[in-house]
Amino acid sequence: MAEAVEETVETPVEQTAPRPVDPDFEPEIIVFACHYCAYAAADLAGVMRLEYPSGIRIIKLPCTGKLEVIHLLRALEAGADGVYAAGCMEGECHFLKGNLWARKRVNHVKRLLSEVGIEPERVEMYNMSSAMGVRFAEVATEFTQRIKELGPNPAKRAGVSPHAAAREALGDVAIPEEGPSE
Amino acid sequence: MITAERKPFDEIVSLVGDRKKVLVAGCDTCVAICLTGGEKEAEILASELRMGAALNGRSAEIEHTSAIRQCEWEYLDLIADKVGEADVVVSMACGIGIQSMAEKFAPKLVVPGVNTNMLGMPQEHAVWLERCGACGECVIGETAGICPVVRCSKSLMNGPCGGSHEGKCEVTTPEKEDIDCAWHLIWERLKAQGREELMFVNRPPKDWSKSSSGGPRKMVREEARPV
Repeated sequence: MAEAVEETVETPVEQTAPRPVDPDFEPEIIVFACHYCAYAAADLAGVMRLEYPSGIRIIKLPCTGKLEVIHLLRALEAGADGVYAAGCMEGECHFLKGNLWARKRVNHVKRLLSEVGIEPERVEMYNMSSAMGVRFAEVATEFTQRIKELGPNPAKRAGVSPHAAAREALGDVAIPEEGPSE
Repeated sequence: MITAERKPFDEIVSLVGDRKKVLVAGCDTCVAICLTGGEKEAEILASELRMGAALNGRSAEIEHTSAIRQCEWEYLDLIADKVGEADVVVSMACGIGIQSMAEKFAPKLVVPGVNTNMLGMPQEHAVWLERCGACGECVIGETAGICPVVRCSKSLMNGPCGGSHEGKCEVTTPEKEDIDCAWHLIWERLKAQGREELMFVNRPPKDWSKSSSGGPRKMVREEARPV
């Protein structure tokens, strides 16, 4: 399956000087998490009492392959400061290639954001297994730090809850808490 | 099928200008199949335009819609209300759809969101190859089902030329990929069909007046016109 793996798009070096990090800025981040890995990893992180930033809002998907370009854009438009997808390790997807499709789509969104003038680093794709609770917390912390350095989403609209808006936009995709049968 | 590619974002932004109400109109036939201008892609472009406007502190109402086929009056009727409210329509249909829209709703400002590029064959998922030039006088009955008009880089009627080397054309794509020599392919297939003699037929210059060189073409089927 290695031939299908798409390299992460090299994001252009920031042209402007780094902005000072606002200590009061708590990024709101939407995570599209696969039911079979990252969502379980988040669960494990909780069971392990690991700490990770409170701005992380998780939306469970049956597979990151269900994630479409427009879902990432809707989350950003709704006001999320950053969005990432967390799928299974490459080669371990429950549906064979869903996570590879997701990586391609995330990379496409990076290109779209670049042409609009929004930092492509606001979206990312991560891979982890259901046993990687520590990694889940690590990724959440790392990504939050990245967004803190970038500052608030410049296209953010006032008075919109990104979680509620993204969840609503995803009505046809997000799966109920009980999830699909194993 | 007709294929198209989305225009660069900056070009679309400059076509839209500072107009307030923008409607991005997809077309759910050819351009949806080639993943360029269907409803999904119209929503993506609308989302990009909204974010771009917010970024520049510009207030604009940007919505999307789509028609099953923008090239048919009946389907345009279904989106007429939305078009009526817009200051500018960004049509993501092929050139035919965009012009139908512009004609139907004239003098409404309708601008293209895509560059229509070819009549292509989907070779594999997400890859299209040009297969027809709509030249108005098909010759592939004599060329083993391979069109020399669009598949030969020089549209030669009597090929191959001296630029054919080991089955490849001396011309490459803009991405520097090899192009198969159409006349090499024609020769190989004619041999397989046992019709090699067709290779030695001298074909006179093609009558391009039946192509776009003869001015805008018109087709009428009298027997099918409404009574």
